[in-house]
Amino acid sequence: MNAVMNPSRRGLLATAAGFGLSLQLLAVPATAADSALNKKKIIVVICRGGMDGLSVAPPIGDSEYRGLRGALALNDTALPLDGTFALHPQLTAVHAMAKAGEARIVPAVATPDRARSHFEAQDVLETGAPGVYSTTSGWLNRTVETLSAHRRIDALSIGPTAPLILRGRAPTASWSPGRSVDAEARLPTLLQDLYRNDPLLGPALARGLATETMAKEATAGLDSGQPAMMAGKGGGPDAQRGGAQQGREAAATLGKSLAGFMREPGGPTVAAISLDGFDSHANQAGLLTQRLAYLDAVLDGVHTGLGPEWKNTVVVVATEFGRTARANGTGGTDHGTGSTALVLGGALKPGGIVGDWPTLKQQALFENRDVTPTLDMRGLFKGVLAEHMGVDRAALDTTIFPSSATVRPAPGLV
Amino acid sequence: MQAWRDKRKEIDAVALADQDMRAAIAVTRFGLGAKPGEIALARPDPQGFLRNQIRRSGADQPAGPSSTSAQRMAEFREYQRERREVRAEKASDVRPPAAGGALDGASPAMADAARPKADVRDPVKVVGDMLRQDISSDFTARAQLGASTDAGFRERWALFWANHFTVSATKAITGTIVGPFEEEAIRPNVFGRFEDLLGAAESHPAMLTYLDQIQSIGPDSQFAQMSRGGGPRGVGARLQPAVQRNVGLNENLAREILELHTVGVNGGYSQADVTEFARAMTGLSIGGERDAAYGVAIFRGQAHEPGERTVMGVRYDQRGKEQTNAILLDLAAKPQTARFICGKIARHFVADDPPPALVARLEAAWTSSKGDLSQVAETLIAAPEAWNPRPEKFKTPYEFIVSSFRAAGGQPGNFQQFGPILTALGQKPFSAASPKGWAEDAQSWAAPDAIVKRMQFAQAFSAGAVRDRDPKVLAADALGERLTPDTAMAIARAESRAEGFALLLMSPEFQRR
Repeated sequence: MNAVMNPSRRGLLATAAGFGLSLQLLAVPATAADSALNKKKIIVVICRGGMDGLSVAPPIGDSEYRGLRGALALNDTALPLDGTFALHPQLTAVHAMAKAGEARIVPAVATPDRARSHFEAQDVLETGAPGVYSTTSGWLNRTVETLSAHRRIDALSIGPTAPLILRGRAPTASWSPGRSVDAEARLPTLLQDLYRNDPLLGPALARGLATETMAKEATAGLDSGQPAMMAGKGGGPDAQRGGAQQGREAAATLGKSLAGFMREPGGPTVAAISLDGFDSHANQAGLLTQRLAYLDAVLDGVHTGLGPEWKNTVVVVATEFGRTARANGTGGTDHGTGSTALVLGGALKPGGIVGDWPTLKQQALFENRDVTPTLDMRGLFKGVLAEHMGVDRAALDTTIFPSSATVRPAPGLV
Repeated sequence: MQAWRDKRKEIDAVALADQDMRAAIAVTRFGLGAKPGEIALARPDPQGFLRNQIRRSGADQPAGPSSTSAQRMAEFREYQRERREVRAEKASDVRPPAAGGALDGASPAMADAARPKADVRDPVKVVGDMLRQDISSDFTARAQLGASTDAGFRERWALFWANHFTVSATKAITGTIVGPFEEEAIRPNVFGRFEDLLGAAESHPAMLTYLDQIQSIGPDSQFAQMSRGGGPRGVGARLQPAVQRNVGLNENLAREILELHTVGVNGGYSQADVTEFARAMTGLSIGGERDAAYGVAIFRGQAHEPGERTVMGVRYDQRGKEQTNAILLDLAAKPQTARFICGKIARHFVADDPPPALVARLEAAWTSSKGDLSQVAETLIAAPEAWNPRPEKFKTPYEFIVSSFRAAGGQPGNFQQFGPILTALGQKPFSAASPKGWAEDAQSWAAPDAIVKRMQFAQAFSAGAVRDRDPKVLAADALGERLTPDTAMAIARAESRAEGFALLLMSPEFQRR
C-alpha cells in the first residue's frame, strides 16, 4: 500500500492541507461514463451482537409470531409496513423512509456461517468469505480496491477503531468525534518525518490528519465535541435513563457528521460504521428500545445530513446473525440464524420485502429454533454493489466475495 | 593471538549489546513499560528479573479501599430501589396522595417537603454518583498499580487473564463489580492451576450476572414446573419473583465458556453441547432479596435441570452443582483448551501472528504441568522466540497510557487524567464491547483517527509531565537499547522539552513493544 504514498513530508502535508482524503489513493481520472457512478455512495451499518430481526421488523401478520415471542411480541405497538411486517416502534425515521419508498426490509437473511458465534459470524459478515479464517481483509475494502482501478474512490470508517469490513490493502480513513487538530503544527510535521519508513503509523497518521482537515468543514455547525459513539452504549448507571434523549441527539449528530464528510468535495463515497450492544439474552424489550432508537437516529441523521446526495446513496444495515424465534427463559432470545437487514436510500427502487419470508411455522424453522435464511447476505451486498456502485460480476464472485459464483446478486434493489 | 583476542572482544560486545536489548525487552515487552532506572535493574539478568515476578499467591491487588462484589451489588440494589421510589413519587404527584404512593410510611407530599426543591440531594443521583465513583476509583487504582509497580510482568500477566475472562461494564449492574471481580476471581489465581482460575471466574457473581446465568432455569426443574402448573404453594410463594415471568434456559454463559474461555470456537462442540452445558449449569445463581446472602454466588437446586447431561461426548451423571464442576474440570483439561489459550498468550506477548514454535512450547508446558500457569509463564520467559529484538506488538490504548505514565516516572492522580482518552481511543474503562474482550492486534488499534488522538494525548500529557527533565535522558530510560537513532535525533532536535517527550511517546518504538 505504500507504493501509492508519497513518502516525503511535503507530499503528506499537501494532502492534509488542501486535497482532502484522496491524494494517497490511485487517482485515476474519471471517464464521462463514470461521472454518474462517481457520485454513488454506499454506507454499511454493522449492528454487533446479533440484532433480533423479529424485533427490527416484527412479522405481526405471521400467525406463529405472537405465540413464539409471548411478552416480547410487538403486535400492538409496531409500525405497520404491509400485511405481514411492521417496524419496531422506535424505528420511526426508518418507517417514514419506508412509506416514501426509500427503505425496505430483508427479513430472512444470513451469512454462510452457522456456528452462532458472534465473533466468527462477524468475521464472515465483514470479510465476505465463505467461511471463517479464510481471509483477513474486509469485502468493503476490496470493493474500494477494485473500483480504484476505474475511478477515484475514498472510504471512511466512523469510530475509534477500524472495523474489519474496511481493513485491507486499500488505504482508508477513520474518524471519531473529538478535539480538532492543526495538521500543520510542529508535532504532526515532525511525526510524519519520524514515521516515513513506518508502514503502519506513517499512512495512518497522514490519513488521520487529512480527515481532521476535512472534518472542520464536514462537521461545521454540529456539536460533535463529545464522543457521541459512546453516548448510546450502556455503561454505568448514567447511561441507563434520562440519557435517552441525549443519546438520540448524539446519534443523530454522528449520522450528520458522516453525511457531512460524504458531501464534501473529494469526500468519501464508501463508509462503514458499527454499533455495539445488540446481544439481547435478557431484558430484550428494554435493551432493543434503546439500541434501535439509537440506530434510527443515526439513520435519520445520515438521511437529513446528506440532503441532495441522499438520492445517490444506499445504506445497508446488517448484523452477524439473528436470534431464536422463541423467547428464552430470561425475557430475551439466544443466538440464532436468519435475521433482518435494512436497505435504505434515495437511490433505492421502491418495493416490498427483499427475499422470501419462510414463515415461523415450526416445520419452517431452521433446526426447530431460528428463522430460516432465504437469502445469502453476500447476495444482498452483491446486489447493491452491482446495481448501485457498478461493480462487475466477475469481481463480485471472486475478489470481493471469494468463491461465491453460486451466490446471485439480489435483483431489483436500485 | 591478537586477532583471536580482537575477535573475542567483538563477540563480547555483541553479547553485551544483546544483554542490553534483552533488558529493554524484558521491561517493555513482558512488562508494562520502563520507569526511569528500571531497565538498569533488569540488566544483570533479564530473564531472572521476570521469573522473580512469578508468585504462587497471585498478582498484586490495587491499593485503596475496596468493597466486595456483594457490597457493590447491595449498593446497586439500593440505587434501583431509590430510582423506583422517585419514579413512583413522580407518578403520584398528579394524583391525590393515596395508599400505594406512600414510601416508608411517609406520604408523597411529606417526601417532597423533606427534599430540597432544587433536588441537589436527589437520592437517585447520590447513589448513581456513588456507583460511578466506585467504577472510576476501581479503575484508577488499577491504573495506578500498573503505572507504579516494580513487577510489570506480573501485572501484565494478570491483565491478560482479566481480558480472557472479560466482564464488562456495558451492563449497568456489572459496571460496579468488574473491579471486585478482578480482585476476587482473577488476581489470586493467575499463577495457579488453570482449572482453579476457570472455576473462580465462572462462578463469580460478576460473570454469572454479565453472561445472564443468574436467571437461567431448567425447563423441567421444580421452578419451571411450579410456574407452569402452579405447584405447591409453600415453596412457590418463596419463588414468586422467578415464576412470574417466562422461565427457562439462557445459553449465553455456556456458549461463551466453550467458545471464549476454554476450547475455543474450533474446539469441536456443537449447538447441542451448548444447550446441554446450559442445562447442567441451571441453578448457578446469586442470592436475591429473599436469600440469606444478597449478591453472593449460590446454587438453587430447584432451578437445576434434573438428570444426566452429555457434553462433548462425555456423560455427566453428577447431581446439582457438581455436574457443572465436573464439566468445567474436563474442559480445563482438554488439549483444545491448551492450544487455544497458549495461542492467545503468544499473541498477547509476542506477535499478532506468533511463531508456531512458541505456541508449541507453551502448549507442551501447559500439558505436562496440567495447566500450571506459573510453569507456562516460566516457559514464555525462557522461549527464545519471545526475545526477538524487533517489536511486533502495537500497544493497546491502556498499555500506551500506562507506559506513558511509567516513562514519566509518575502515576495518574485521578480518573480524568486518563479515563476520557481511553474512551476516545476505543478502550472505554472496564467496558469491552463484548465478552471476547479487547482486541490484541495492531489493525484494531492503529486506525488513522486513533493515531491522531494518541498524538493529541501525548502533546497534552508531555506539557504537564516533563517538567525540567531532559527528554533525551527520559528516552534512554524508557527504551534503553530499543531507542533508534532516528528517534534519538528527533528528540535531540526538539524545540522544547515537552515536544521532545511527546516525540518519545509517539515514536514508532514506544508505540510498540
